Amino acid sequence: MSAANAPLHRRSIAELREALAEGRVSAVELVEHFLDRIQRLDRRLNALITVTGEQALTQAREADARRARGQARPLEGIPILHKDIFCTEGVRTSCGSRMLDNFVAPYDAAVVSRLREAGAIMLGKTNMDEFAMGSSNETSWYGPVRNPWDLERVPGGSSGGSAAAVAARLAPAATGTDTGGSIRQPAALCGVTGIKPTYGRVSRWGMIAFASSLDQAGPMAPSAQDCALLLQAMAGFDERDSTAMDEPVPDYAAALERPPDRLRIGLPREWFGDGLDAGVAQVVEAALGVLTELGAELREVSLPSLKLSVPAYYVVAPAEASSNLARYDGVRFGYRCREPRDLHDLYVRTRSEGFGAEVKRRILIGTYALSAGYYEAYYRKAQQIRRLIREDFLRVFAEVDLLAGPTSPTPAFRLGERTRDPVAMYLSDVNTIAVNLAGLPGMSVPAGFSQELPVGLQLVGRDFDEGRLLAVAHRFQQATDWHRRTPSHFD
Amino acid sequence: MQWEPVIGLEIHAQLSTRSKIFSGAPTAYGAEPNTQACLIDLGFPGVLPVLNEEAVRLAVRFGLAIGATVSRRSIFARKNYFYPDLPKGYQISQYEEPVVVGGALEIHPEGGASKRVGITRAHLEEDAGKSLHEDFQGMTGIDLNRAGTPLLEIVSEPDLRSAREAVAYMKALHVLVRYLRICDGNMQEGSFRCDANVSVRPLGEARFGTRTEIKNLNSFRFVERAVQFEIERQIEVLESGGEVVQETRLYDPDRDETRPMRTKEEANDYRYFPDPDLLPLVIPEAMVESERASLPELPEARKARFVGEYGLKEADAMQLAFDRDTADYFEAVAATCGDARLAANWVNGELAAGLNREGLDIACSPVSPERLGGLLRRVADGTISGKIAKQVFERMWTDGEEADAIIEREGLRQITDTGALEALVESVIAANPKQVEQYRAGKTKLLGFFVGQVMKATQGKADPGLVNRLLKERLEA
Repeated sequence: MSAANAPLHRRSIAELREALAEGRVSAVELVEHFLDRIQRLDRRLNALITVTGEQALTQAREADARRARGQARPLEGIPILHKDIFCTEGVRTSCGSRMLDNFVAPYDAAVVSRLREAGAIMLGKTNMDEFAMGSSNETSWYGPVRNPWDLERVPGGSSGGSAAAVAARLAPAATGTDTGGSIRQPAALCGVTGIKPTYGRVSRWGMIAFASSLDQAGPMAPSAQDCALLLQAMAGFDERDSTAMDEPVPDYAAALERPPDRLRIGLPREWFGDGLDAGVAQVVEAALGVLTELGAELREVSLPSLKLSVPAYYVVAPAEASSNLARYDGVRFGYRCREPRDLHDLYVRTRSEGFGAEVKRRILIGTYALSAGYYEAYYRKAQQIRRLIREDFLRVFAEVDLLAGPTSPTPAFRLGERTRDPVAMYLSDVNTIAVNLAGLPGMSVPAGFSQELPVGLQLVGRDFDEGRLLAVAHRFQQATDWHRRTPSHFD
Repeated sequence: MQWEPVIGLEIHAQLSTRSKIFSGAPTAYGAEPNTQACLIDLGFPGVLPVLNEEAVRLAVRFGLAIGATVSRRSIFARKNYFYPDLPKGYQISQYEEPVVVGGALEIHPEGGASKRVGITRAHLEEDAGKSLHEDFQGMTGIDLNRAGTPLLEIVSEPDLRSAREAVAYMKALHVLVRYLRICDGNMQEGSFRCDANVSVRPLGEARFGTRTEIKNLNSFRFVERAVQFEIERQIEVLESGGEVVQETRLYDPDRDETRPMRTKEEANDYRYFPDPDLLPLVIPEAMVESERASLPELPEARKARFVGEYGLKEADAMQLAFDRDTADYFEAVAATCGDARLAANWVNGELAAGLNREGLDIACSPVSPERLGGLLRRVADGTISGKIAKQVFERMWTDGEEADAIIEREGLRQITDTGALEALVESVIAANPKQVEQYRAGKTKLLGFFVGQVMKATQGKADPGLVNRLLKERLEA
């Protein structure tokens, strides 16, 4: 089927841009098409928390007018979804929590305003694990999201709503955030492409903090090319975020077309060991075979400190979270318990009732790790491990240009399968966590299927090497069609 | 047993920046509650702090002024605790690596010997908001205008040995921060406040006793009273065989006593850790150098110069030197009139009295230093007497005129013409034969009477020295 007569939801952003530019479709038609899909299909997925239909249509009319005036911007009229972790002025921003169920943000996150200024239109806000804490989207106050490839399975998390919505083509693309794998793991489990940029590449202003030193926003879309177009708008310095890096943003779309130079790909032994599902291993092997055919040299490498990444992460992330979530106290915004007797009662009941079990678990872990007498043994030690992990990566990057392996050791698991065993749940992110600890860019690319469930190939690059990651993924996607496959009920 | 008190002070000085330490909201005092708090100050979801460069500059200036090490790299940390006027549930402060390390300050305790007091560290942090317990029935109001105001917390070594030394240290620091223009020092508005750590030990003992901390002392008097009370309380506890409990106490000025607030066991575990939202603070060499270059002459050095260069008395020099505006004013007056001691007497005397009477700051004096200098020049060169000068000064104060204009118009020039005065002396002697007789019989105290008569006749304009001489010559002839 050629792009010109494919249904709108089966087209890439580049194709939609072309159709819009040539006047074959209007932004209003596009928005209506996707709003209609959301209305019909999301009942099965629960991927959205809030739909902003009227606002989107108003914006679409403005986009068409703008285009008519010859003032179309790069993403003019392209509908997208935002993870409900990004503050959106005048629109509920829940972060998947009862705590913020009534919170209407008074301002826009940097990611939101940048994408809007590039012309993108927000259709709504996607479901997520509560405060981005989870790997299955089962910790959301708004209920679990279902995986469009198998409704009895999880979409991954925490950006599960974004991944499921894109997989079901409820929108051409969505934003996500990734603290320990929250873009890459759900992208893998739902068969979409997602990139977590280098820490500091995208401003965190207005992105509700989970673990500030690890959180990073990125795009999720069917293809690397789509992601490149979105990242172009999202990336860049922001003086409102002290950790945003003042590093020029390359032309990612141009990087996709650059002829490939010599490409050395490292395969970390640690990603291919125990716990790797045989079906996933097979798919990844085949994908690496494709990359070889495309001219890549593969070599095994070792990152010995990687085995410490999960314990280090589960000290650093909860420690930061315990402090970041202290502001939810029922005083200024968000949930407040009914008729508090006194200050202590206000705090205890607001937080007991407003937060879910996983959030409470992490606050407790983090509080403990920072307590007097334990700080040295936990937090400081974890920070030391973090440096070791980064050094491991940097050492390997002297020999190879990027790393490849399975994004997740298993395909999507069943709803409820891991909810009673937090450690099993935490191990879902065993391959992605170290990348956040090291601050490096990583992405997940659809690589095939195991028992009819999508499998993702993870690519990890050097600091600010998003262009190369996207280019390699793009070439892979030109040679394969995994990223074009859609789940049968959502054709 | 003889006891030795050991005291250290932690002083919070609000830095005089226009905007807050991590947001662009204004810092002005006294606005309607919650009108000067932006989303960052309110701790809204998703907001991030950005450090105010001016606050860093002021901290650097302070470090240089006390001879401290200015850390080229320091770390902001989160101090975690729950309180409704602390919006984020943590205060951004500095913990393990503060911006200013070491340094010392010269103090002059009243009636005691001057000494140098060590300063352990000074660090940047944000202030919390205010809880208003009075105006709300059964509830507490929160005003977050103050939240995020930059503070420099200055921690002294435990070098102070009496309440008097403690207050002298606080005063010296108060002088310094105002001198450096880093803090307005307004204690009523809470711009300069103090926590005191107090312990006692047997004289000669090297180890410290158990200390208590007295929180939130916002006047010199309260510091002196609270520390004194606490010293006496601890000695009493120890002498009656008890033990001092490590705890935080509050001073109640109405009852002039300290009371326990919370014990060590109840103390918060602040769970400090580096704030991941802020990169390490790296201070560029250029900032340190530009602050060093623009550092004013400091109060101690200026006082010494006033004594050495102008021959002022120590007490006068201190009174002038320890306020930067006063010192600047004085030096301008001295330069204009050419007589520094005369200038000192007037600035500390007539001018200070006038300003005090009207509650004015010297920077707002109705008489400029140049005009006061102009007046004193006329005293120094004998054009008018000191007494007439006071009259002229009154006119200058209310009318804003120049001294010379007033002197000319009112004909206030001192009469120094010997011929004119001799005639007056003659007529006074002629009019008072009885007193002349008594004087010549040995009652020489009557000279003052004759001088008074001559002065009266000239409406005070006669040169009193000359009148004295002429009368003596005539009476003792």
